[in-house]
Amino acid sequence: MASLRYESQVRQPLVDGTKDYHQVTEDICRPVEAKPSRLWWIGFLVSVALLLFGVVSVAMEVTYGTGQWNLNRTIGWGWDITNFVWWVGIGHAGTLISAILLLFRQGWRTGVNRAAEAMTIFAVMCAGQFPIWHMGRVWNAFFVLPYPNTRGPLWVNFNSPLLWDVFAISTYFTVSLLFWYSGLIPDMATLRDRAKKKWAKLFYGVAAFGWTGSTKHWQRHEALSLVLAGLSTPLVLSVHTIVSFDFATSVVPGWHTTIFPPYFVAGAIFSGFAMVQTLLLVTRKVLSLEEYITIEHIEVMNKVIVLTGSIVGIAYLTELFMAWYSAVPYEWYAFKENRLNLNSPYGWSYWLMMGCNVLSPQIFWFRKMRRNLFVTFFMSILVNIGMWFERFVIIVTSIYRDYLPSSWSTYYTPTIWEVGFYLGTFGLFFTCYFLFSKYFPVIAIAEIKHILKKNGSNFKQGMSKEENESLDAYADKHVHGDHH
Amino acid sequence: MSVQKFVVGNFYDEAVLFPAVKKVRRAGYKIHDVFTPFPIHGLDHAMGLRDTSLHTAGFIYGITGTSTAVGFITWALTLDWPINFGGKPFFALPAWIPVTFELTVLFAAVGMVLTFCYLCQLAPFVKKDHFNPRSTDDTFVMAVECTDATNEAEAIKFLESVGAKDVTVMEKETGWWLGRYDHDTMRFQKSTNA
Repeated sequence: MASLRYESQVRQPLVDGTKDYHQVTEDICRPVEAKPSRLWWIGFLVSVALLLFGVVSVAMEVTYGTGQWNLNRTIGWGWDITNFVWWVGIGHAGTLISAILLLFRQGWRTGVNRAAEAMTIFAVMCAGQFPIWHMGRVWNAFFVLPYPNTRGPLWVNFNSPLLWDVFAISTYFTVSLLFWYSGLIPDMATLRDRAKKKWAKLFYGVAAFGWTGSTKHWQRHEALSLVLAGLSTPLVLSVHTIVSFDFATSVVPGWHTTIFPPYFVAGAIFSGFAMVQTLLLVTRKVLSLEEYITIEHIEVMNKVIVLTGSIVGIAYLTELFMAWYSAVPYEWYAFKENRLNLNSPYGWSYWLMMGCNVLSPQIFWFRKMRRNLFVTFFMSILVNIGMWFERFVIIVTSIYRDYLPSSWSTYYTPTIWEVGFYLGTFGLFFTCYFLFSKYFPVIAIAEIKHILKKNGSNFKQGMSKEENESLDAYADKHVHGDHH
Repeated sequence: MSVQKFVVGNFYDEAVLFPAVKKVRRAGYKIHDVFTPFPIHGLDHAMGLRDTSLHTAGFIYGITGTSTAVGFITWALTLDWPINFGGKPFFALPAWIPVTFELTVLFAAVGMVLTFCYLCQLAPFVKKDHFNPRSTDDTFVMAVECTDATNEAEAIKFLESVGAKDVTVMEKETGWWLGRYDHDTMRFQKSTNA
C-alpha cells in the first residue's frame, strides 16, 4: 500500500503529530463534546447582542422607511449595498476552497474547507439582508420572483442585472448549503455513533440522515462531491461576475467598464481568504486544532492573498489608465477628481483602499511574514477593511457627483441605524459561527482521514526510507512484486 | 426489509482490507457490504460494484434547468407579455444567459442531492444498522452474507485468516426504519447460535 500513497518529501505534512484514525476523530470531536468554554460564552453573547442591535435597526427602518438612512439624491446606494457586495465577496472563499481546490487536488483544503464553507453560508445570509431590507416595503420582497400574479401576470425583467442577482445569490446560497451539508453527513454520523447524551443522540441522529458508511454510499458520495465541485466552480465565478454587472451595465462614470467581472472575482477571493484567516487563526487556537490547521495552511492562504491582492492592484491601475486613455471627460473626472484627489470629499477612502489592498499585502512576499500569526491576523483585518472601502469607493465616489454640478449631493455619512444594520449582520455572522463551532465538527473528519496516510507527519516520515531507495530496488519491490 | 444473518469482521488497516476483500470474494463468499469511516478509492471496484450513474443524472437535471429557463423566459417575454425594455429585442437571448446558467446549476445540484439521498435512502429520522459504531471512527467492517448452506464456523475462521479481527455472527435488519437514535429501537440482536 505504501507505494500507492507515496507523496514527495518536498511537500510539508498537512497533519502534524502522531495521529491514527481514532486520534483524528477524538481531536476533532472533542470541542463538540466538551462543555463550551467561558470564552465561547462571552463571544457568543456579544454576537447575540450585536444581532439584537441589528434587529432594532432594521425594525426602525421597516417602521419609518428607508428615510431612516442617510441615503439621498444622488447617493441611492450607500452603506447597504457596500455591505452587500462586501459580504458576498467574503462568501466566495468557502466555495473556492471546497470546489476549485478539490478540482485542483490541493490536499491542504481538507483542513480548512468545512469552516470556510460554513463561513460562506453565513456571509451570504448576511449579504442577502441588505438588498432585501433596502427594498423598503419588505413585505413585497417576493415581487422579485417570477410567480403567476394577479397583475397580468406581469413577469420580472429577465434582462436586468438586479434580477440576475436574485437568481445568482439564491442559487449560490442553495448550492453552497447542499455542498456543505452533504459533506457534513458522514461526520454527523461519527458524532452520532459517539454520542452519550440523550439530546446529542437525537440531534446527530436526525442530522446524520441514517448514514452508515457503506462502500456504495461512499462511491456515490464521492461522485456527488466531485460534480457539485464542478458545478460550484463556474457558479462561484458567476456570482461575483453578476454582482459586478449591477455596476458595469449601468452608464455611470467609474462603473461602466468591462474589467469589472474579473476584478470583482479576484477581490472577492482576496477578501474571502482574509476572513477565513481571521476566523481560523482564532478557531485553531481556541479549539486547539493547531495540528490540523497548521502553519502550512496559513502560509498557503497568505500566498493566495498576495496573489489576489496583486491582481486587484493591477485591476485598480488598469481602470485608472483606461479612464484616462478613453478620453471620456466624465470617466476621467470620476477618477481624477472624485478618487485620486486627496482633497476631494472622499479622496481619503480611495487612498485607504489602495493602502490596505495593494500595498499592505505585498508584505507576504516574505516567508517569515507569511508564517507569522500576528502579522497574518493583523493583515487579514486590514484587507477586510480595505475591501469594504473598495466597494464604498466604487459606489459613493461614482454617484455623489452627478453629471450636472447642480445635482452634486452633500457629504454622505450613515445614520446610527445604517451602522446598526451593518453591525447586526456581524452579530448574525458570528452568532452562526459560534453555534457552528460548538455543535458541528469544524474540520472535515472523513476527509482528514482520507489524506492522513499520505500527508500525516508520522506517515511521511515513514516514507523517507523509500525516498532514499534506488529506483531499481523500489521498482523491484513495488511494481514486480505480487503484493496484491 | 428483512433480518438476515451475517458474519462480521473488523479491519483496522485498509492495506489489510484490500487483499482480504479479494480473497473473500475469490473464496466464494458474498460480501454484503464494507462499512468504512472515509471513502477508500478503489474499494468499490475491488468489491465488484458497478460505477454510479449519479453523474448522468446530474447532467439530465442540468439540461432540464437550461431548457426550463430558456423556455420560460422566451414564453414570458416574447409571447405572454412582451415588454419593450429600452428598445431591445423581445427575444434578448444574451441577456438571459446569467439566469439560464444559474438555473442549470440549481437544478443539477438540487436534483443530484435529492437523487443521492434517494439512492442511498438517507433522510432525517431514518435509522439503519451498521454492525459496529466504530465503523464511523476507525474500523473497516466487512459483512459477509450467510445462507442456510453457509458453515458459520468455517466462515469465521476464513475471515480471521485474511486478517479480520473480532469476527462474530450477527443478525441485522438490512433495510431502514423510522426511529430516533436516542430511543432504543434496534431491530437486531447478536445471534445466539454463533
